[in-house]
Amino acid sequence: MDNAIKNIIGRDISLSTLFEENRQTIEDSSSKVLNNLREQALEAFLKLGIPSNKVENYKYTNLQPYFSGDFSFSLNAPDFTGRMEDIFSCDVETLDSFTIFIVNGWYYSNNGSALLPEGVRVGSLAALAKEDPSFVEKYYGKNAPWLSDGLVALNTMFARDGFYIHIPKGVVVEKPIQVVNILLSEEPLMTNQRNLIVLEENSEARVLVCDHTLSSDRFVVNNVTEGFVAPNARLDYYNLQNQHNATTQVAGLYVDQKENSYVKTNNLTLHTGVGRNNIVLKLLGKHAEGHAYGLYLLDKNQHVDNFSFIDHAVPECFSDELFKGVLDDHATAAFTGKIMVRPDAQKTNAYQTNNNLLLTRDAKINSRPQLEIYADDVKCSHGATVGQLDEEAMFYLRSRGINKDEATILLMYAFAYEVIEKIKMDPLREQIRSLVEKRFRGELDKCHSCVVCGQKGTGNTSCL
Amino acid sequence: MLSIKNLHAKIDDKEILRGVDLKVKPGEIHAIMGPNGSGKSTLASVLAGHEMFEVSEGEVLFNGKDILEMAPEDRAREGLFLSFQYPVEIPGVSMVNFLRTSLNEIRKYKGQEPISASDFLKLMREKKKLVDIDSKLTHRSVNEGFSGGEKKKNEIFQMVMLDPKLAILDETDSGLDIDALRIVANGVNNWKRPDNATILITHYQRLLEYIVPDYVHVLYRGRIVKTGGKELAQELEAKGYDWIKKEFEEQV
Amino acid sequence: MTTEQDKILAEVTKGEYKYGFYTDIEIDALPKGLNEDVIREISRRKGEPEFMLEFRLKAYRHWLTMEAPKWPHLKLPEIDFQDIIYYAAPKSKPKLNSLDEVDPELKATFDKLGIPLEEQKQLAGVAVDAVMDSVSVKTTFKETLAEKGIIFCSISEAIREHPDLIKQYLGSVVPPNDNYFAALNSAVFSDGSFVFIPKGVRCPVELSTYFRINARDTGQFERTLIVAEDDSYVSYLEGCTAPMRDENQLHAAIVEIIALERAEVKYSTVQNWYPGDKNGKGGIYNFVTKRGLCKGDYSKISWTQVETGSAITWKYPSCVLMGDHSSGEFYSVALTNNYQQADTGTKMIHLGKNTKSLVVSKGISAGRSQNSYRGLVKVSKKAENARNFSQCDSLLLGDKCGAHTFPYLEINNNTAKIEHEATTSKIGEDQIFYCNQRGIDTETAVGLIVNGYVKEVINQLPMEFAVEAQKLLEISLEGSVG
Repeated sequence: MDNAIKNIIGRDISLSTLFEENRQTIEDSSSKVLNNLREQALEAFLKLGIPSNKVENYKYTNLQPYFSGDFSFSLNAPDFTGRMEDIFSCDVETLDSFTIFIVNGWYYSNNGSALLPEGVRVGSLAALAKEDPSFVEKYYGKNAPWLSDGLVALNTMFARDGFYIHIPKGVVVEKPIQVVNILLSEEPLMTNQRNLIVLEENSEARVLVCDHTLSSDRFVVNNVTEGFVAPNARLDYYNLQNQHNATTQVAGLYVDQKENSYVKTNNLTLHTGVGRNNIVLKLLGKHAEGHAYGLYLLDKNQHVDNFSFIDHAVPECFSDELFKGVLDDHATAAFTGKIMVRPDAQKTNAYQTNNNLLLTRDAKINSRPQLEIYADDVKCSHGATVGQLDEEAMFYLRSRGINKDEATILLMYAFAYEVIEKIKMDPLREQIRSLVEKRFRGELDKCHSCVVCGQKGTGNTSCL
Repeated sequence: MLSIKNLHAKIDDKEILRGVDLKVKPGEIHAIMGPNGSGKSTLASVLAGHEMFEVSEGEVLFNGKDILEMAPEDRAREGLFLSFQYPVEIPGVSMVNFLRTSLNEIRKYKGQEPISASDFLKLMREKKKLVDIDSKLTHRSVNEGFSGGEKKKNEIFQMVMLDPKLAILDETDSGLDIDALRIVANGVNNWKRPDNATILITHYQRLLEYIVPDYVHVLYRGRIVKTGGKELAQELEAKGYDWIKKEFEEQV
Repeated sequence: MTTEQDKILAEVTKGEYKYGFYTDIEIDALPKGLNEDVIREISRRKGEPEFMLEFRLKAYRHWLTMEAPKWPHLKLPEIDFQDIIYYAAPKSKPKLNSLDEVDPELKATFDKLGIPLEEQKQLAGVAVDAVMDSVSVKTTFKETLAEKGIIFCSISEAIREHPDLIKQYLGSVVPPNDNYFAALNSAVFSDGSFVFIPKGVRCPVELSTYFRINARDTGQFERTLIVAEDDSYVSYLEGCTAPMRDENQLHAAIVEIIALERAEVKYSTVQNWYPGDKNGKGGIYNFVTKRGLCKGDYSKISWTQVETGSAITWKYPSCVLMGDHSSGEFYSVALTNNYQQADTGTKMIHLGKNTKSLVVSKGISAGRSQNSYRGLVKVSKKAENARNFSQCDSLLLGDKCGAHTFPYLEINNNTAKIEHEATTSKIGEDQIFYCNQRGIDTETAVGLIVNGYVKEVINQLPMEFAVEAQKLLEISLEGSVG
């Protein structure tokens, strides 16, 4: 890890200073299209900083402590060139997909060139910025709020690589495109990955992003993905998060949708330390449809904050949101669902639900389902519930001879199922189904690899 | 009482009524039948003044007055009543309050004093018997949580309460079981007088077994293509609409 | 109910703000501006004991260190606090013994407002403490109440005559440093009402206060304190109007309620301060802190509000559910028209065991107004078996207005059952047409439908208030349909 910049004990260095110190290196090895935004991003970051809980949108997750302290910095591609199969096996084994790997935010150099349909491009953003800068320029920084959100500004300062997916006009990619994000480091590490997804008119793609940690060190991940979905195009986006407890991940997904487009996002958090998902769907063309779903299954001291913003900018769009959470041990979660109906966005239909199960005395949930409506001919609703497993149902199962633990798992599973069934990729749904069940049975505990705490899931001490 | 001449109406530039002619005299019951999509419900809505439809041509005189320029509420106040195919729910507004407001608005239009609370309740009790409507229904919000049959009965109840000159019953028989159908029919038959008239809009002949029409009209492609007595309804029931369609196409 | 409603419908007249008349009576006021001397002078004129002056000064000094809040969903113009008169009292005889002594002008004003100050209204069971600008003018029914040990008087009088109760309870629910406007009120409040219901007493009548801002450039900073001892019950009504004025006027009130064991307090408000004209000029800024403390087990506090007035409303009547098995309720109708802005809702803080709360909020936005529900349901770690249900509906009339919902659910105990629901809709064209077809014109139909929509809340109000509230809704909606 010689090429990483160290921000070690005894050297109190701010992220902006770190950037300025290494700016030359970053810019020299990057293309102009990425460099163009760095100066303004720095100015914005100096003004905004890492959001604390005083920033209304981050009220329930103070990220400042997680973004300070000692970690190295992924400034250049890691020199890992070994075989992926040797270090990683996918939980979704049977999925027939085009798979690429990202290691510590860098496109893995040995990714094969799988047989993609003609015209479809999947690869490294850094490479694309060099080979086809005018394409990148059309989209880069065009919808992520890099001037108003400190974390997106930070990402834009440091952004070097990540994946891009480009589906040309009329192409339907049947097989899912799987992106495996791998974190692998011998010391604490911070990454700023930047991704781009472009779907041209009448195209269709399913993208599955899997987040994994393969070493036990502390990770601070600050990802930004910008998506552009053209008229009549359709994007199914799944994010499966399975990371160890010492991970802090902020994943921003910002999607612009044109007329008649269809986007579905599904954030499945099976395991992490501190997670924050920013899911922003801008419905910019008539009859655009946005669906945002999420499931978070938390225990120990995990914390996940799903923040969604569905922006109905034009008339006659539809959106639907469903986020469900099961919180065990000392886990805490937050949900914010913002639905904005802009003036004149008439005939909007927008629905949103957030349901939570608290399993222990120490679990906590903060939920903010919000509606901001400036047009009158709309149908909008939101609902939020916090509760426990239904005692009647529990009694019913037990009276049929099912023991309490098994009944609990069954009922939790039933609770989660509503989100799982939104997954329209059959093999993936089946796999997620079994993962969720494994998760409820405690068979998917990342903590076995975690030397930081080494504890089982029920203790009082913090993993971080 | 009602005179429709060459009535054309369209919605979003699609012409649905293409020259309807119809005359209804006091004391008469007319049935308008026709296959789905022939314009039956449109005719009812246009007569009641629904703004969704644009009248492009023609004339409608109601008791000698041109009603096409009138607001829907003024048509109602003139004595035109529409029993809706799908009665609308109005949460929080009690039937009693609704009907009383309605009745008083109509009375005001005629230059009459508002009805007193006790007279109103008396009137309600009296009319309730006509349609066998449950007292509980009148204390609930307008149509809210009513079953299909209850909604239709409620429409007929409103009809006898408001006592219009002309009642247009739009598919009032649909969704009714035989008992409810009988109740609705009794309501209409009892209400019938030499000075009022009814137009029944229906797809099936079933209702006409209980309410016997003086005339049966067949509406097809936005025009009345055939008129006959009650036996025409039976013929339609037996033979379907195909022969009418054929006859019509031959004419064209 | 039907008869009243029809009467109301018939009474709805064309016109703008109906209560916009100005009473020409002599005003005894301090000059504009705020400093410690002004506060000393307020305290001196009111003949307050020393502890009260200290209370005020402490609050004032704290206020100086605070900043006006920015977070509500409001466009808030800068307020010049030195441009406000902090004390304005009608010049009148110092003490009034009977109705005949009330200034005839003043009486006429109240008559116009329809305040039941007359004897026959007393028979109707309403005791009134009328507050005009800053000084309580006349309290009716006092003797009857006194027999039961109930104290119902102006807060000034209570400070002089019941200093121990005031010392014990004033500021105990809303501390002077609670928020910007609470601190300001604590420093300068001029009058308001005090209610004390002793142990085991059910107050036999609805207690009622009518607030009215009259003088030009005055801020109204009234202060209400209600203490309900064990096993007592009281229903308290508050009505507010202000005459038409071009300048914005500030209203920053505090209401504190303390309910001891098994006590129940119902607090109803019909707020109809001047909302400004059709172009958004003028109107009251209504920044109010209302909070009830369910201190005793099995106590209950219920807020009902109908808010149709004010240019800007900023209030969140709250319940702190401290006692086990205590419960809080919040029923609200907030109607905004033209350029009005409302940011209102509630806070339900569950602290005790087996506490319950219910929130029913109905927002109606018309014209170019902005109407927000902002509410917090907080369940603390020790609040076992907390239950909350919240229903927040918005109705939009017209396409230039906004309706927003900002609930905050903070749940720290796994035995809680919390449900929040919100819907936004407009009046269906099919509903209007249906009414039209039955001979009801569109404006009347909108009135009917709106009244149906808010019924659940209006039903919580005592009859007399319910009638007024319905009337207000219809007046406020005039011209919004077209």
